[in-house]
Amino acid sequence: MDASLILRVSAPLLLWVPMAVSAYLLVRGHNEPGGGFVGGLVASAGLVFYAISRGQGAALRAMRLPPASWCGIGLLLGLGSGLLAWIDPSAGYLTHRWWFPDIGFKLPIGTALVFDIGVYLTVIGTITAMVFALLGEEAA
Amino acid sequence: MRQALLVAPILIPLAACAITAMLWQRPAAQRRVGLAAAVAMLLATLALLAEVIGGGMVVGQMGNWPAPFGISLVVDHLSAAMLVITGVMGLAVAIYAMGEGAEERDRAGFQPLFHALLMGVAGAFSTGDLFNLYVWFEVMLIASFGLLVLDRTREQLDGGIRYVMLNLVGTTFFLLAVGLVYGLTGTLNLADLARVAPTVENQGALAAAGMLLLIAFGAKAAVFPLFNWLPASYHTASMPVAAIFAALLTKVGVYAIIRVFTLVYAHDHALFGPVLGIVAMATMVVGVLGAAAHYDIRRILSFHIISQIGYMLVGVALMTPLAIAGSVLYVIHHIVVKANLFLVAGAVRRRGGSFALRRLGGLWLAAPLLGIGFLIPAMSLAGIPPLSGFWGKLVVIRAGLEAEAYVLAGVALAVGLLTLYSMVKIWNEAFWKAAPEALPAAPWTRAERFATFAPIVLLCGVTLTIGFWTEPFAAFSLDAAEVLLDREGYIAAVLGTPPAQLAEVAR
Repeated sequence: MDASLILRVSAPLLLWVPMAVSAYLLVRGHNEPGGGFVGGLVASAGLVFYAISRGQGAALRAMRLPPASWCGIGLLLGLGSGLLAWIDPSAGYLTHRWWFPDIGFKLPIGTALVFDIGVYLTVIGTITAMVFALLGEEAA
Repeated sequence: MRQALLVAPILIPLAACAITAMLWQRPAAQRRVGLAAAVAMLLATLALLAEVIGGGMVVGQMGNWPAPFGISLVVDHLSAAMLVITGVMGLAVAIYAMGEGAEERDRAGFQPLFHALLMGVAGAFSTGDLFNLYVWFEVMLIASFGLLVLDRTREQLDGGIRYVMLNLVGTTFFLLAVGLVYGLTGTLNLADLARVAPTVENQGALAAAGMLLLIAFGAKAAVFPLFNWLPASYHTASMPVAAIFAALLTKVGVYAIIRVFTLVYAHDHALFGPVLGIVAMATMVVGVLGAAAHYDIRRILSFHIISQIGYMLVGVALMTPLAIAGSVLYVIHHIVVKANLFLVAGAVRRRGGSFALRRLGGLWLAAPLLGIGFLIPAMSLAGIPPLSGFWGKLVVIRAGLEAEAYVLAGVALAVGLLTLYSMVKIWNEAFWKAAPEALPAAPWTRAERFATFAPIVLLCGVTLTIGFWTEPFAAFSLDAAEVLLDREGYIAAVLGTPPAQLAEVAR
């Protein structure tokens, strides 16, 4: 693909800024609009842009694992987040568990966050897999 | 422990789907994980069945949100039996899929999709919530579309598009019905619905929603006149995929009909009973006639799926304990037999070189084990005693006679005869007549041979067991029918006693 010089040079920026924003959205989703799904979409937008400007190979290298693996890890996290429910064996699957460590301020950590990270990874894996397949078709 | 068992049939395939997706570039490892997961799922479903038989219905509220606010999973006798049969089929097809063409299939993503499909099916059998049922239908639809077009051929894409379009129409009807039901009752929890449905003022609108549900489930179950997607697509799928589709997909629709119309719409049986009866008869007749007209094994078998769905609906149409027990027994028997016939068809293709009856022949001499593997499920499908199909048909027809539905019983008998005609046709053409051209030399490697025949023999064994040792299966079916008809028991098990008065009837 013959992307312009400007695009190629600014590609890393266009990858990392959406990544940072997506992480912010993911955490913000805790109590406010945001969350794993929209965060994942923003992150995959960054990756897709990177793939367009630097080529698919570079984007896949930046991702380290193939998209399907991202999906798999995400699904396992989602699945695993529900297992902690059985600290009490009579509780239903996916019952939330919370932990509020006091480090100057209360840090709310819960299984919901683990689940959301799972959603985040799954969305990234799915979107990149689909878009890369389409990009590959265009190149061929 | 009960809670863990309850979700295990959903979580095991989910984990398998995730892990096989992570192993995307290593098909051999995927296959091992897939097989292990299939074994684990079968064991988990068996444990769940034992739990249900020993301790009654297993109910769980996901996330500990009390019903009817959260999503309930409810496994009673029927659900548990369907889950076990899903486990058996999952294992049989997982082994079969290690045979011919395993490498290419796994490179194309067979394993993650296959386990996603099993997850969707298990979820649909476990859920106690109408909207959640819709979600599981979607999971199944997406996974099955991926499986259908696994080989990326033109023929498969053509079949796949029709499959997806017609199924999407079905699920849209489902969604409309869900919206209407929620508007009328303020709840989607099946137990809560069963509680408030008889008291809804606008019974006409509720019945209309019921009719939409019937259309949606009917399209899934491939009943007359909504069956067109099935013969248009099933014969294009690769054989393990066709087998798991034939075994499970339509039966999820049948299960949904049984569940919703015995639980939520039981009070409206005067309306839905006759409708279901006519649909059942038309489905039986059209399916079997379609099969009689075809000369391709896969198409014949596809049409027989449709025909047999009719028998399963008889129970809901009559709504007597015996008739429902007949439906339960029939579904269990049919899943095993039908999947087995598709597995045999795959082996016939491999051994005889074709699916077209015209070009086949002489297989009885060349591969007697295959012949026996065909005869047992085929004769069982036709209802020859003492095989499992005979008992299924016997109970269904007897229930029809007892309920004085003589036409229904007569049609069921006649269709059995025509089924026998189709099966004998396959037998005569593919196995008995002399081969029109020389058979290819035995093409199986040892591992492939094992992977092909082990599941066929296993499923034949199940068919024979149901046939010769019917007593426990019949008793179980009667128990299942009793539980299905005991709506108060279901409501109490899910909502607790006295039921929480939470969903108010909209006025």
